[in-house]
Amino acid sequence: MAAEGPRVALFATCLVDLFRPSVGFAAVKLLRAAGCRVHVPRAQTCCGQPAYNSGDREDAKRIALQVIEAFEDADYVVVPSGSCGGTIACHYPGLFADDPDLAARARALAECTHELVSFLVDVMGVSEVTARHPATATYHDACAGLRELGVKGQARTLLDTVAGLNVRELPDSEVCCGFGGTFCVKYPDISNAMVADKVDAIVSTEADTLLAGDLGCLMNIAGKLQRRGSRVAVRHVAEVLAGEPEAPPIGEAGELS
Amino acid sequence: MTTHRPSAFAENVPGALADDQLQQALGNIKQGFVAKRARAAGDLPEFEALRDHARDIKDHTLNHLDAYLERYESRVHAQGGQVHWCPTGEDARRAVVDICTRVGAERCTKGKSMVAEEIGLGDALSAAGVTPVETDLGEYILQLRGEPPSHIIAPAIHLNRDQIAEDFRRAHLTLPPQRALDTARALVDEARGTLREHYLAADVGITGANLLVAETGQSVIVTNEGNGDLTQNLPRVHIVVASLEKVVPTLEDASTILRVLARSATGQEVTVYTTFSAGPRRPDDPDGPEEFHVVLLDNGRTGMLGTEFQEMLRCIKCGACMNHCPVYTAVGGHAYGATYVGPMGAVLTPALQGVEEAGHLPNASTFCGRCEAVCPVRIPLPGLMRRWREREFERHLTPLPVRSGLRVWAFAALRPRLYRLAMRAPLRVLGWLGRRRGRFGWLPLASGWTNHRELPAPAGRSFMDRWRAEGRDDT
Repeated sequence: MAAEGPRVALFATCLVDLFRPSVGFAAVKLLRAAGCRVHVPRAQTCCGQPAYNSGDREDAKRIALQVIEAFEDADYVVVPSGSCGGTIACHYPGLFADDPDLAARARALAECTHELVSFLVDVMGVSEVTARHPATATYHDACAGLRELGVKGQARTLLDTVAGLNVRELPDSEVCCGFGGTFCVKYPDISNAMVADKVDAIVSTEADTLLAGDLGCLMNIAGKLQRRGSRVAVRHVAEVLAGEPEAPPIGEAGELS
Repeated sequence: MTTHRPSAFAENVPGALADDQLQQALGNIKQGFVAKRARAAGDLPEFEALRDHARDIKDHTLNHLDAYLERYESRVHAQGGQVHWCPTGEDARRAVVDICTRVGAERCTKGKSMVAEEIGLGDALSAAGVTPVETDLGEYILQLRGEPPSHIIAPAIHLNRDQIAEDFRRAHLTLPPQRALDTARALVDEARGTLREHYLAADVGITGANLLVAETGQSVIVTNEGNGDLTQNLPRVHIVVASLEKVVPTLEDASTILRVLARSATGQEVTVYTTFSAGPRRPDDPDGPEEFHVVLLDNGRTGMLGTEFQEMLRCIKCGACMNHCPVYTAVGGHAYGATYVGPMGAVLTPALQGVEEAGHLPNASTFCGRCEAVCPVRIPLPGLMRRWREREFERHLTPLPVRSGLRVWAFAALRPRLYRLAMRAPLRVLGWLGRRRGRFGWLPLASGWTNHRELPAPAGRSFMDRWRAEGRDDT
């Protein structure tokens, strides 16, 4: 890593923290390879989106303030999730609309917060990776990354440089997988219909690997593929871009880490 | 089968998902409306700029709504028409029924109007002894079936041709029973023939309005069937039923809205018929009604002005949000139990019927954002749905388990050290239990998830704990 590279604070997200640490380590590896100095602030838990989207604005504000305090010293905040990244980058400033000082701090944080893959390509100018991953993969555009943060071509650009990886376009790749945070347990039948359509589309590509940039969507899709008995491997895109993933595919057995 | 109440949404869902015929009909939306809208938007280089312009026109009008409505009214008066201001649906029903009674109407024809659906105008007319006949093909079919619309521009989108043929055989008893009704053409021809007699016999014609133009006092309707023209030109009396946010300042503004409306709704550059009407027949006009009335409905809308929900009043009722909504296209419109369905209905219905009754609708969204991405007037629909969730939460309408769950979770999330400590043991246990399969088919308290899908097992140790043990912050 370059001693004078930008200081990047990694916001791991609660799902990566609890379910899939390998994504966090892959993000660190990619950021360092791009010349960033990475640190992981200790005072992080969650971005507050579950409270925010449940209408609990006060708790969302308290959690947002905790994130602002823990991350505002960094040059950039990078998040391996378009959904959590979008919450910080697009929604935090609005939470503090009635407090000019906090709103200014929220805006400053919002402006330096990026989703991981788009940060690598758009900010750090990364155009290729050195990874190798022999597979035929298809890629799902997770909603918040796509529509809030404009993450679309960046992942494809980098995936095209992974040795041995063949990427096929997913039909209706921009249609929601039905996860939606608490939606998937509040309206399980509708969520199931949506993820069933997504799984049909994935299977129709005959790819052996499904990639996306948001762990919530990935757990939903992996869970449905596996319930159907499918052998498609599901991974976070960062794991493939970083190369030599330490963890087995999502929902598959492997070494306890 | 479905209950027409927004509070019955969750009960309506399983039936809708299990209805194979409905699912097939909904599947057509993707290839139809979605693909056509994408093509139409792509073919017009200035489409995104037009959307901004349409949004600005509506915002400007809403900020000066009183002035534009008064100007519209004075223009209608000057042209010999009357405007009836109706604060509630009851007022609007009474205004229409009173006109019909005064002119001794027995039969009326009715163009498609979501506002008429909103206020239950058809039933009010029938109760007053005036037989209403729907002239929009989709609405006509639904009238035969006694069903509400399931889509704001394609009211019978949930039906297939065979069902419609059956309805026609049941309703049109004077026609030969063995006639062929296996093509869309045959169905359209039969409806046209039947409706022709109604157009000629009607005393009153009722239409909605896509736009009201303040500078000219005109009301504008767009149709693809031409039924609106026959509905408003042939009878003695023409009644326009419109909600008051339909007004725009000028004809130029109306044309901007029409350009984004047709493309967003059906992917057309312009609808087949765009009809402007202004007042009753003048001495030199070859045709037109003797009386012209505008029934202007508020029904809670002015209460949205100046609030966080004002942006919803920009809506031009194109239906693009529902065509692109994965929830709407999974369950169809009837499950919503409301006049307005899909994302726009999820924001508007709580405003019209109360969030106590309609709380499900803004909650049944993944916030995928596709609706906002296609809305021609850029209404932030997911953001407004979230605002309704906030109103629910403030008023303690959010279910208790969700509230207490959030409280416990937020308490921990705000104490990172406690959070880490509290997660350590459960992660260990779940990681150990899931080590052989890497996932769970069932877990206590997780049935909402595991009824339909496997739950990936956590790794056993959190990223933050592992980073502390193995990682190193760069300086």
